[in-house]
Amino acid sequence: MAEGIRDKVVILGMGCTRFGERWDMSGGDLLVESFTEAMEDAGIEKKDIQAAWLGVHIDEINIGKGGTYASNALHLPFIPVSRLDNFCASGTEAFRGATYGVASGACDIALAIGVEKLKDTGYGGLPDSPAFGQEMVMVGPNATAPGMFAQLATAYAAKHKISMDRVKEAITHISWKSHQNGVKNPRAHLRREVSKEQIMGSPMVAYPLGLFDCCGVSDGSAAAIVTTPEIAKKLKPNDPLVRVKALQIAVSSGEEAAYDKWDGGSVMTTRAASKRAYEEAGIKDPRSEISMMEVHDCFSITELCTMEDLWISPDGGAPDDILNGFYDLDGQIPCQPDGGLKCFGHPIGASGIRMIFEMYNQLLGRWPEDRAVKNPKFGLTHNLGGVPNNNVCSIAIFGVD
Amino acid sequence: MVGITSFGGYVPRYRLNRMIIFGSMGWLNPVIISNARGEKAVANFDEDAITMAVAAGMDCLRGVDRSTIDAVYYASTTAPYRERQNANIVAGALGAREEIRTADFAASLKSGTTALLSALEFAAANQGAKAVVCAADCRLAKMASTQEMVFGDGGGAAMVGDEDVIAEYKGSYSVSYDFVDHLRGANTKYDRMWEERWIRDLGYANFIPQVVNGLCEKYGLSPADFDKVVYPCYYGGARKKINGIFGEGEGKVQDDLQATVGDTGSGHPLLMMAGALETAKPGDKILLVSFGSGCDALWFEVTDAISKKQDGRGISRWLARRADLDNYQKYLVWRGMAPPDTGLRGEVDKETRWSLVWRERKGILGMWGGKCKACGTQQYPARRMCVNPDCGAVDQMEPVYLAEKGGTIFSYTGDMLAASLNPPAVYGTVSFEGGGRTVLDFTDCTVEDLAVGNPVDFSFRIKFYDPKRDITNYFWKARPVLGEVS
Repeated sequence: MAEGIRDKVVILGMGCTRFGERWDMSGGDLLVESFTEAMEDAGIEKKDIQAAWLGVHIDEINIGKGGTYASNALHLPFIPVSRLDNFCASGTEAFRGATYGVASGACDIALAIGVEKLKDTGYGGLPDSPAFGQEMVMVGPNATAPGMFAQLATAYAAKHKISMDRVKEAITHISWKSHQNGVKNPRAHLRREVSKEQIMGSPMVAYPLGLFDCCGVSDGSAAAIVTTPEIAKKLKPNDPLVRVKALQIAVSSGEEAAYDKWDGGSVMTTRAASKRAYEEAGIKDPRSEISMMEVHDCFSITELCTMEDLWISPDGGAPDDILNGFYDLDGQIPCQPDGGLKCFGHPIGASGIRMIFEMYNQLLGRWPEDRAVKNPKFGLTHNLGGVPNNNVCSIAIFGVD
Repeated sequence: MVGITSFGGYVPRYRLNRMIIFGSMGWLNPVIISNARGEKAVANFDEDAITMAVAAGMDCLRGVDRSTIDAVYYASTTAPYRERQNANIVAGALGAREEIRTADFAASLKSGTTALLSALEFAAANQGAKAVVCAADCRLAKMASTQEMVFGDGGGAAMVGDEDVIAEYKGSYSVSYDFVDHLRGANTKYDRMWEERWIRDLGYANFIPQVVNGLCEKYGLSPADFDKVVYPCYYGGARKKINGIFGEGEGKVQDDLQATVGDTGSGHPLLMMAGALETAKPGDKILLVSFGSGCDALWFEVTDAISKKQDGRGISRWLARRADLDNYQKYLVWRGMAPPDTGLRGEVDKETRWSLVWRERKGILGMWGGKCKACGTQQYPARRMCVNPDCGAVDQMEPVYLAEKGGTIFSYTGDMLAASLNPPAVYGTVSFEGGGRTVLDFTDCTVEDLAVGNPVDFSFRIKFYDPKRDITNYFWKARPVLGEVS
C-alpha cells in the first residue's frame, strides 16, 4: 500500500498577483509577478529550481502549447518545464507535479506556476471551445459552463425535495458571503459589498443561476515553490513549515454522463477525491477537523453541493449549514476566506495555486486581523474542472508545524 | 395489393398570424392584406425541410420496425444539399438499414406525389418491399411578398407496401408542363412568381381539372365518384371552381390548411392526405392531386385496415399543438433573413470532420446507442467498453435505436449565455426509457414547461449551421411529449 504524500513536501515560498482585468499585463508579465514574489518569499535563486510545472487551461491566445512560454518569460535555465492542462484543476495539477517531483527525490526544489489571461479572449464567461472533443460538437448540447452547473440545482432540489426557492436562498448566501470576504482582500478582482437583494435580483444567466451566482473571469497568476522539510528547515530555520498533508485527483469515469447511478445533485469525483485525501491526511471527521477551505465556487450552486461532497454537511443539509453561517468567515469552517473564485476571480490555470496561497498565508498567520482565520490547523483546497457530469476534481490539504 | 400502409404529418409549433406580417410590412405592399387571413406555420429556428420531413416520417413510422424499410424517398424544393443525398440523412434519422434504395425528388412542388408514385411502383415491382416517402418544404419569400403570406412550413409522409395496406393504390395520371409559375434558380434564395391571375386561371384552374379528367377517363370514373379529394390551391376563386367538378358531399374536398398552416410546397399534398386518412372510412375512394410544373393524380381506395392507423398520427395533434410567434423580427431571424448579433459564441467556427461523421453516423443521425450483451446496460453513446462500472465488457454492444424511445427529464436549465436564436438555450439531462442518459438540447418549449421527471420524446433538429462552408448538421433534441405542453 502506497503511503501517500503526507508531510513529505513543504511550501517554501508563494506568490500571487492581483486577479482582475489586467489589461496592461501579458500572460508573461503576470508570470513574472507571481514568480518574483514567490522567489522573494522562498529566499532562493533561480538556479536553485530544478524543475517547473505550468498550469494553463484554455489560454492559448497568449501562452500557446508546451512549456516554452513560461520558460521564456521567466528565463529559466534549461530546466524541465511541463505544461499541464486538466480543466480548472490545472493549477493544482501543476502543484502536484512539483510536489511529486520533490517527494520522489527527483529534485530538491521545484516550481509550480499557473497563469491564465482570460481577458484577451473577448468573452464574457469562458470562451467556447470543443473542450470535450469533436464528437461532442456533433451530439453534445449547446451548453455553457453556467448551464451545465445550473443543472446541479434542479437535480439537487428534486433529489432532496427541497424547494428551488430554498436552494436560491442558500446559494444567494454563498455569493453574499464571498463578497463580504472579497471586500477585505486587496488582491481580489471583485471588491464590492453586495446585498442579498442585489444577488437574488441579478439577471438570469442559466436558471436558477443569476449573474451574481457566477464567478469572476479574470487574469492572474500564482506560484508555489516546494521542497523537502529538511531543506526548508535549513533555508528557513526560524519559520514554521506549511506541509502538504494530502493531494488527490479524481477524474470522471464516464459513469455520471451515461450511466443511471449518479444522482445529479452531487459530484462523484469530489466525493472520491476528498475521501482519499482525508485518509491520506489522517483526518477522521472533516467537520470537526478542517479549519478552513477554499473550494471551487465557479458557481454558487457548486459550492453548495461541494459542502456535502466534502462530507462536511450531511446530504441535504448544506442549505441549513450555509444559511446558519457555518461557512461564514466567523463560522465554524470559514469557506472562501479570500473571496473565492466568486470575488478573487478565476484565471483558470492559476486558481488552484491561488487557493493554496490563501491556505499558506492563513496557516502562517500572515493576514490582518479582519480576515484571519483563528488558529487554523488544517486548510483544504478544492478544484472542480469540467462539468458536473464529466470532470476533474483536485483536493489538497495543508497543515502547519 | 399495393398501397399506403401508414401515414404521418408534421406542422411546426410556431404560428404567425398573418396580420402581424401585414402590420410589419403592409406599409410597403398594402395589397398583401388580401391574403392576411388566418395564420401560417413557421419552422422553429432549428427546423428545415429535412427535419420536418423526418418529423412527418417519425409520425408515420410509429410502431413500425425500422429494419423492414427497403427504400426512403425524400421530396423537397428546399433541401439543404445540392450534393450529399438528403434522403440518406432522412433515412438515417428514421433508423432505416443502409442496404436500401434512397432518392431525392426535387425542383417541383409535385415532387412529393412523384416520390409517392415511385415508391408505389417500387413496392409493386418488389414483393414484400416497403418504402417510406417524406416530403417537406421550408420556402423563403421576400418580405412583403404574397408568397410570404401564403407559404407555410410543414411536411407529410407515407409508407407503402403490400402488407397491411390501409389505402389501396388503384391508379394514377400525370401531366407535366414547363409552366413557370414559381421559380428559383440554383443560386436564388427567395421564391419568385409570375402574375397571379395567370397562375390561378391557366395553372390551377386549368391543370387540376385536366389531370382529374385524365385519370377518370383512364379508369372509367367520374370525378364525383370520389369520397375524399386532396389537392393544393390557395386561390379561393379557383378552388371554388375546381370543387364544382367533384359534385356535392359534406367534407369531400379536404381543407387546404391555408388558414392554419399555409402552403407547405412539396409536402402539402401528403400533409393534406394525412388529414384525409385520419378520418377516412373503409371503402372511401380518395383522389390525391399535386400541383407544380404539372400535376400528378393518384387514386386510392381505403381498406378495413385503416382503423388500426387512426391512432392519433396525422395532422390533428400537430395543429392542436401550437404557440404564437408574436414577433415578425423573430421570424426573419429564424429564417436567416436578418442577421442578429449573437456575440462571440455565435461566431465560433465549428468545422465538420466528415471522417468522424461517417464513423459515428448511426449515433448522430439515428441516436443509436448500445445495449451491452454482457450486462444488459443500455447506453449512449455506444462505446467499445460498457459504461456499467461493474461490467466494463469490451466490444459487446448491440445497437439500439434510441430516437424513437422516450425519456424523462433528469435535470435541466435555460441558458442565456449560450448563443441561441431562441434564448434561453434550454437543455438538460435526459434518462432514456430502458436506461442510460445523456445531455440534450431541448426544443419547442420554455424552461417553465419543464420539471424533473417529466416525459420527453426526441425530435430531429438542426444541430448547427456552418455558414463558412454551407454545412447543416443535425442531431436529436428532447421535447416535452405532446399534451404536456401546447
